[in-house]
Amino acid sequence: MNTTRRKEAISNSNLLFAIAAAIFVLMYGFAILCYPRSFLQYQTFFDLFNLNAPLIILTLGLSIVMIGGGIDISVGAVTGLVTMCCAVYLESGTGSVGGSMLLALGIGVAFGVLQGFLIAYLEIQPFIITLSGMFLANGLLTTIHKDPLNVTLPEFVLLRDFELVVPWLGTTNRLGNFIPLAIKPGTVVALALIALLAVLMRWSRFGRNLYAVGGNSQSALMLGINVKRTKFGSYALCGLLSGVAGFVYIMTTGAGNVGNASGFEMKAIAGSIIGGTMLSGGVGNLIGSPIGALTLLTINELIRAAGVNSNFQSIVSGLLLCVFIVLQSVVLWLRGARGFRLALPAWLAPSGERG
Amino acid sequence: MKRKRTHGFQVLLPLSVLAILILINLVKGADYFSVSLINGALYGNIPNILFGASELVILSIGMTLVTSSSGGQDISVGVAATITSSVFVRVLLGSSAITWTAILAAFIVSCAVGIVIGAFNGSLVAIFNVQPMVATLILFTAGRSIAFLVDGRLSPILANDLTSQIGSVIPGVPIQTPIILTAAFIAVVAAFLKATNLRLYSEAVGINPKAARLNGIDPVRIKLLTYMILGVCTAVAGFIAVTKAGRHDSVNLLKFCEMDAILAVAIGGNPLGGGRFSVSGSIIGAYTIEVLNRTLLRLEVDPETIKAFKAAFILVLMVVSSPVVRAYAAKGVAKIRARLDASSARDSCGPEQEEA
Repeated sequence: MNTTRRKEAISNSNLLFAIAAAIFVLMYGFAILCYPRSFLQYQTFFDLFNLNAPLIILTLGLSIVMIGGGIDISVGAVTGLVTMCCAVYLESGTGSVGGSMLLALGIGVAFGVLQGFLIAYLEIQPFIITLSGMFLANGLLTTIHKDPLNVTLPEFVLLRDFELVVPWLGTTNRLGNFIPLAIKPGTVVALALIALLAVLMRWSRFGRNLYAVGGNSQSALMLGINVKRTKFGSYALCGLLSGVAGFVYIMTTGAGNVGNASGFEMKAIAGSIIGGTMLSGGVGNLIGSPIGALTLLTINELIRAAGVNSNFQSIVSGLLLCVFIVLQSVVLWLRGARGFRLALPAWLAPSGERG
Repeated sequence: MKRKRTHGFQVLLPLSVLAILILINLVKGADYFSVSLINGALYGNIPNILFGASELVILSIGMTLVTSSSGGQDISVGVAATITSSVFVRVLLGSSAITWTAILAAFIVSCAVGIVIGAFNGSLVAIFNVQPMVATLILFTAGRSIAFLVDGRLSPILANDLTSQIGSVIPGVPIQTPIILTAAFIAVVAAFLKATNLRLYSEAVGINPKAARLNGIDPVRIKLLTYMILGVCTAVAGFIAVTKAGRHDSVNLLKFCEMDAILAVAIGGNPLGGGRFSVSGSIIGAYTIEVLNRTLLRLEVDPETIKAFKAAFILVLMVVSSPVVRAYAAKGVAKIRARLDASSARDSCGPEQEEA
């Protein structure tokens, strides 16, 4: 991964990414060891994408905002709003699939632009603005339609049931029939977005500016970077991605519902953090964040496979998050990056550390 | 001198918002604020507002301290209150007879749990230098499941006279008990802040931890302390919430309360990045949120749309109080003032100035 050819062996972003990737591989290896029959199937791996593509897309958007030093907790609510709007539009009799796609992107961008303007140009706290964005999206969602709404438009049902079948990958079931691997279009969208955004963040001017702004907005300003426009761009992009996630969501489930995508913002934040993005900004990797989300999802699958009380799912997720957060800060401390130091009591601190 | 002036401005914002809301209610009909005495207890909308906001007020007090010292918000307060109250219910139902001493003992145990939770979050923030929001995300994810495991079953019921008296009215006392408890808690916090140096220390740590360290204040200890105080706040809030509800619903108790508490801190004019704080501002902010909710209901806004209106209200409020708009306003005021000064110098008479 070390393409920057700097004197420093490896940057913080890449180090945290490497840890995240290693943990994911270990986790999946553990899952295979415990339940070889289910986790060795390709379908199980791709179902992680098939069923959770919206969450992965949201994780991407959130990591972009977090790299820029901000936070967006409205993404889940906006995604829910988009699914309901699309459902109502598609069921209204005049709707078309293309139109609903535009509608989804439009709503996402509108939220992103509004919040981005208020945060970047009016310098209001991102937490409060996106919190009220969340309330706004939630309120609009329940105002538009309260009851679950199943989309029955034939074109859309075709799209919903469409699956890419990969005949050369697959597994034979217990009866000996070969079942080819099926991939939902949402998976393709998610994978394409991961590739596109990773390239954008690594090699485009916008991406580099965003890392600079997140790392230290004051010095970014000194370097002549338009800090406000960069921040604005990150929120607008995040809004766009929530729109995409909303469309992918309704493409997967085929129904608008008040509870759609609720709580996704916290899951996406957790995924980004496990993937090595730091909330303080400037550190993160767009390939790491989806891997973080996948790690969380794998744990959930593992617990489901183990058949224990479902309450342990969230407890184990919390524990993993805790381990990860502590691990990150210990790693940063050991590397002495950014003057980062753990405030350990004197008897725990190594003798070489200067207080 | 300068500090005092900015402090005054902090409380001005939530007070003016509250005044606008009260004005709207007065225009709608002044009988809204009438209070009557029925069966020896006060009834009316003012007691209802005070009653409804009690948990939020207590949580926002703790949140203000944490915001000041660590420059971040604890998003696990609602969940932490759920855990502490589940411990309270467990201990109380496990005791042989429900008496005042049993309730007190259970409450003290739940306070201890709250302090442990606060110490956990606080040590992550203070020792491991984790952003508060990230550190508390752990408990936010896991907490309600932990509360469920402590309960052992879905929503155990507190069916007895004593706890329902704490949740509503003690016979012979005209004011609802949660209001009294909240007032007592506010008094204790006020006395504590007056008697100790905590305000100065946490402001110093919040503004610049390194400078505080050089001045002999240990930032780690202060941050830990504020998180532990927040833990006690969550225990008290959980106690009030569960006695109000009469049963412990680990899924829905104080849901989204953390967002409202952060909002109360922001409306109270406290900078969310740490430093100077005003507990009175946060308290007024918490009551403002309650009044806002009730006003929207009174204006016959659909319950489904209330959230959207609330969001619009917050957005407008934040835009008005944002630094950029404030700077523009200050510039405008200065211009008007200069023009007025020039004209008054000419006319040698003092025209009245408009307050900004």
